[in-house]
Amino acid sequence: MTQEKRNPSLFSGGTLLLLLLMALGGVVTLYRMAKGLGAATNLSDEYPWGLWVAVDVLTGVALAAGGFAIAAAVYIFNMKKYKPVAKPAILTAFIGYLIVIVGLVIDIGKPASFWHPLVMWQGHSVMFEVVWCITLYTTVLALEFAPDLLDRIGMAGLAKVLRQKVILYPLVIAGITLSYLHQSSLGAFFLITPHKLHGLWYTPLLPQLFYLSAIAVGLAMVSFESIMSSRAFNRAYETDILKGLAKGTWITLVIYLVVRLVDLLAQGKVGLIFTGGTASLLFLLEMVGGVILPIFLLATRSAENVSSILWAQVLVIAGVILNRFNVNFLTQSGHGGSYFPSAMEMAITVGIIALGLFLYRAAVAYLPIFSQAEE
Amino acid sequence: MAKSVLVDLTRCIGCRGCQAACKEWNERKARETTLTGVYTNPPALSSDCYTRINFVEQNSSGAPVWSFVKNQCMHCKEPACASACPVGALFKTEAGPVAYDFDKCIGCRYCMMACPFQIPKYEWESASPWVQKCTFCSERMKDDLVPACIKTCPTGTMFYGETKEVEAEAKKRMASAPGRYVNHVYGLEEAGGTSWIYLSKVPFEELGFNMNVPKAALPDLTYASLSKIPASVAGFVAALSAIAYFRNRGSKED
Repeated sequence: MTQEKRNPSLFSGGTLLLLLLMALGGVVTLYRMAKGLGAATNLSDEYPWGLWVAVDVLTGVALAAGGFAIAAAVYIFNMKKYKPVAKPAILTAFIGYLIVIVGLVIDIGKPASFWHPLVMWQGHSVMFEVVWCITLYTTVLALEFAPDLLDRIGMAGLAKVLRQKVILYPLVIAGITLSYLHQSSLGAFFLITPHKLHGLWYTPLLPQLFYLSAIAVGLAMVSFESIMSSRAFNRAYETDILKGLAKGTWITLVIYLVVRLVDLLAQGKVGLIFTGGTASLLFLLEMVGGVILPIFLLATRSAENVSSILWAQVLVIAGVILNRFNVNFLTQSGHGGSYFPSAMEMAITVGIIALGLFLYRAAVAYLPIFSQAEE
Repeated sequence: MAKSVLVDLTRCIGCRGCQAACKEWNERKARETTLTGVYTNPPALSSDCYTRINFVEQNSSGAPVWSFVKNQCMHCKEPACASACPVGALFKTEAGPVAYDFDKCIGCRYCMMACPFQIPKYEWESASPWVQKCTFCSERMKDDLVPACIKTCPTGTMFYGETKEVEAEAKKRMASAPGRYVNHVYGLEEAGGTSWIYLSKVPFEELGFNMNVPKAALPDLTYASLSKIPASVAGFVAALSAIAYFRNRGSKED
């Protein structure tokens, strides 16, 4: 094994910064636990769902969608070309879901009761379904990721068992199915507020739109990650993979765009786009900047160029983040009150993201995450 | 049998006796408020205030005209909050009230998002917070006592009884005094029907009532999505297995 030589060291200036941000987030989390949500956040009766729900849950889960999308391509559709990005994508998804759970536990009013939905069932609640799916899918991801860890700690036998097709394929299929359920259910959260959410976003198709945009942003994240790690580790770009991912992203975005526009037409809501208010501007920003422009960049010859792919995929990521923010906050904007996250809310969100990046660095440093690319 | 209440706004004199009785019975602490130029006090419902009278001042040919509007949980027949709650902490009881089981709540606040009337409030200042809202005095009801606000009202603004009786009373009052009320019983259809319904002389939209609340029961909207899960699971597992089988035939790699 030459793995130690290839893998970057865990300890660097960047890691130190991450540890610092994690420590800050940790201290603020202790304060939030001791003093309550009112003391630490700007949440209110008018705005019960703030930054943590928008970023740590709605956005975090969407960004981690690369895990199931790549697993589907590699294992179900047998597109072996993408095998080198499967491990990083599954690792990112696993870490992504771990930090989503951390964010969720910090956000709920009674963190010590986080396990209640697992034993107190309420099958008519979207939240109940999401909690179950996230729990199950995180377990699936842990099992998909486990073999590399088990190899490392000298349990190669168990690792071999988990890599058996008869174990791996059911896991992958369960992961893709669970992902469909909860990615779409994050949109279904808002089905119950037809008179609160702005007409440009409210549609019975919210679950399907959340699912489609999760696939697009999942592929965008895998591309982003591939380019960034190539740069960080001084490896050649995985150009062929990046082009394939670019194609997957723009095709998904075209389907998303068509569904969304046809739905607006069918509901007779197209006029709302041009009312000139904040909502219509946000809608245009989301659709032009996050969907139409990336389609143009990724589907034309500009996609020959890695930095243009990078910019397009960053736009996709920004567009989906904006979409999740719009849906969450526009649902709450009609009842007076105002909301801007407190410094402590931001510190905890930054700390959680730093935790994710640190875990990723640690995994890359100690486990053979990228080694397949060079074999 | 489920209890309901008809609030006849033409009878309310704005004495706020109900506000005080509610606070006392439910042992909610008082919060200091400041003068904001209107008589409504406190300015909004909160975790310490389950009900309050909204003082709406309008002008009719130069003279001020007052409407007094009692706000509290509407106790929907099919409550969005209860359907949103992942642990069943909020639930509709057979007696009428939408009740709350303190021990189950995890504090996800989806009920606050889901409620069409912006009723559930949170104990933001507490390190171990609960959701708070009007209980319809479900504990008093168990002992055959009238809810505290209704018990204390000096003008009989609230007509309390079996749902059928209460809804019939609303229609009877409208029919027997043409012109006394606008032609709308708020709550009869809103959100699929609520256990608290209102009659008013002044159009409801001028009194702060949300007229955009859908007439259909809201839980159906999310359940339409959730009820498809078994079919989605079956479809996904079957399709993925089939594709995996055919795409991987003869493939030696894992």
